[in-house]
Amino acid sequence: MRRFLLIALPYAWLLALFLVPFIIVLKISLSDIALAIPPYTPTLDLSAGWDGIKRFFAGLDFENFVFLTGDDLYWKAYLSSLRIAVIATAITLLVGYPIAYGMAKAPPHWRPTLMMLVILPFWTSFLIRVYSWMGILSGEGYLNQLLIAIGLIEEPLTILNTNIAVYIGIVYTYLPFMILPIYAALERMDESLLEAAEDLGCSRITAFWLVTVPLSRSGVIAGCFLVFIPTIGEFVIPSLLGGSRTLMIGKVLWEEFFNNRDWPVASAVAVILLLILIIPIILFQRNEQKAREADQ
Amino acid sequence: MRHSILTATAALALGATAAAAQEVHVYNWSDYIDEDLLTKFEEETGLDLVYDVFDSNEVLETKMLAGGSGYDVVVPSGTFLKRQIQAGAFQKLDYDQLPNSEHLWDVIRERTAAYDPGHEYAVNYMWGTTGIGVNVDKVTEILGDDAPVDSLALIFEPENMEKLQDCGVHFLDAPTEMIPAALAYLGEDPDSHDPGVIQQTEELLASVRPHVQKFHSSEYITALANGDICVAFGWSGDVLQARWRAEEAENDVSIAYNAPKEGALMWFDMMAIPADAPNPEGAHAFINFMLDPVNIAKASNYVYYANGNKTAQKYLVPDVIGDPAIYPDEKTLENLYTTTPYPAKVQRVVTRLWTKIKSGT
Repeated sequence: MRRFLLIALPYAWLLALFLVPFIIVLKISLSDIALAIPPYTPTLDLSAGWDGIKRFFAGLDFENFVFLTGDDLYWKAYLSSLRIAVIATAITLLVGYPIAYGMAKAPPHWRPTLMMLVILPFWTSFLIRVYSWMGILSGEGYLNQLLIAIGLIEEPLTILNTNIAVYIGIVYTYLPFMILPIYAALERMDESLLEAAEDLGCSRITAFWLVTVPLSRSGVIAGCFLVFIPTIGEFVIPSLLGGSRTLMIGKVLWEEFFNNRDWPVASAVAVILLLILIIPIILFQRNEQKAREADQ
Repeated sequence: MRHSILTATAALALGATAAAAQEVHVYNWSDYIDEDLLTKFEEETGLDLVYDVFDSNEVLETKMLAGGSGYDVVVPSGTFLKRQIQAGAFQKLDYDQLPNSEHLWDVIRERTAAYDPGHEYAVNYMWGTTGIGVNVDKVTEILGDDAPVDSLALIFEPENMEKLQDCGVHFLDAPTEMIPAALAYLGEDPDSHDPGVIQQTEELLASVRPHVQKFHSSEYITALANGDICVAFGWSGDVLQARWRAEEAENDVSIAYNAPKEGALMWFDMMAIPADAPNPEGAHAFINFMLDPVNIAKASNYVYYANGNKTAQKYLVPDVIGDPAIYPDEKTLENLYTTTPYPAKVQRVVTRLWTKIKSGT
């Protein structure tokens, strides 16, 4: 009995928090837009009994998904989101790895402080931190004032409302998600392996590539997924820092839902987004499992 | 001692529930009221007023059609009101609770009957036109003294827009405002519901799209007033508020508003009570408060929009009642058009076109 409960509990959790909401969204994606409350049809009318249920299923179709394929806006938005997510993840890795490496190599009594510094920004609201980037990056902002003051540029740079600002926002926001798993992997590493490599004739740089990098691989992969997956569907950063030319699927979804009041199409966009995300999520799970098995 | 603490707690708890029951939640357009009126309403009625703002009819409509918005009074524009009445989003007004409705202006009542026949669901809050706001000095500097500031050519001719681009041009993020304007410029019926005719605006809008700095429906007030942008296609009172803010700041920015000579949209924002409003009585109290001639005149004097209240006109300052941009004269009135809601299928054509224009794909 106890065993059953232990297994049932996570499944019940999954059912309530993932499967049920997903089925609701899937159902709306198969409906038609309507001028009513709620703004789609059909709605399930249980009082009409079996006929009501039959009518309900008869009213569902894949029209909205067909519609998505007919309009290149959506494909462009998905592709553009993927591209932004890949580039942003790569930059985050380039910035995050040296930081994690430095933290892992620091004297042990420093490490808690360094860790604290990485986590500290989380204590302020994410929204406020993104807003403050608007103040830094705008035409009259601090960055431009600084660059003009030290004479590097003469005219203010246009950074806000461009994709560059979006990359800065994403890298800044998701950096801790990259640093922490890499740091965890590097910290566990046995230093004597590096000494052994050097004894066997490796230079320090070769030893880094042959020993440190492979041993931190699980951390790097975990970090990349933790950045990549939420970035694809990101809405707040592109809408605050990006311009009207920044095309991301999160923004398109918001517009379908609020501006166009087209819940069925918005739901269809969300269902496809989830299908696209399932691949990296499964890969992430595998990586985690492998890491666990390697630990045992 | 113990006793008194208990009583105090009980009193607090009671007070809290009583206050919660007497909250009125109002959802109105941004920059659309003199905020002193909010305090005045609370003092006069003893109700707690929670006042939220929006800047898009579409967002309001999404909340109305989702249901359970928690608002007691909302202010959609006429065309949206009509559609939402059809969807069953509103409850009928109880005129016994609105004694101030006797002050309503028959001219505006006749016009708004198109959206709400018999005035069963809504009364007018304010009304205005959609047109062109310019930073006078900068636009004449760029386009010369004969710059077409009173013509849609200013914003729909790529040649003009290209020159204005660096100085900054904002468009409303509202397809139901921009598409009728584009149709008016093309010489078509601004209220056309023919998808083929509506599609014609795509080429026009796309040709000037690269020169538009931002599509936004409220930021342009501040941007115009600060001199950050040169031109905004926006709502009359908002542009006039920008003019007033620039005068207050004495920053040498002079703003002017013109209803385009090719025709300007005349719209009416209507106060209505959602069908599921938690506090309909409080809602009526708020509407009646805003129908009071002194109150609505104070609001108009502050936001530079005309209201639908006849008696209020004697409380308006000359700047407002005497400005044809706010209270149009006969000649300007002839040049104004109104629109009607799009049927569902045409609506999709319109929103699709707009999404395409905005994202530049």
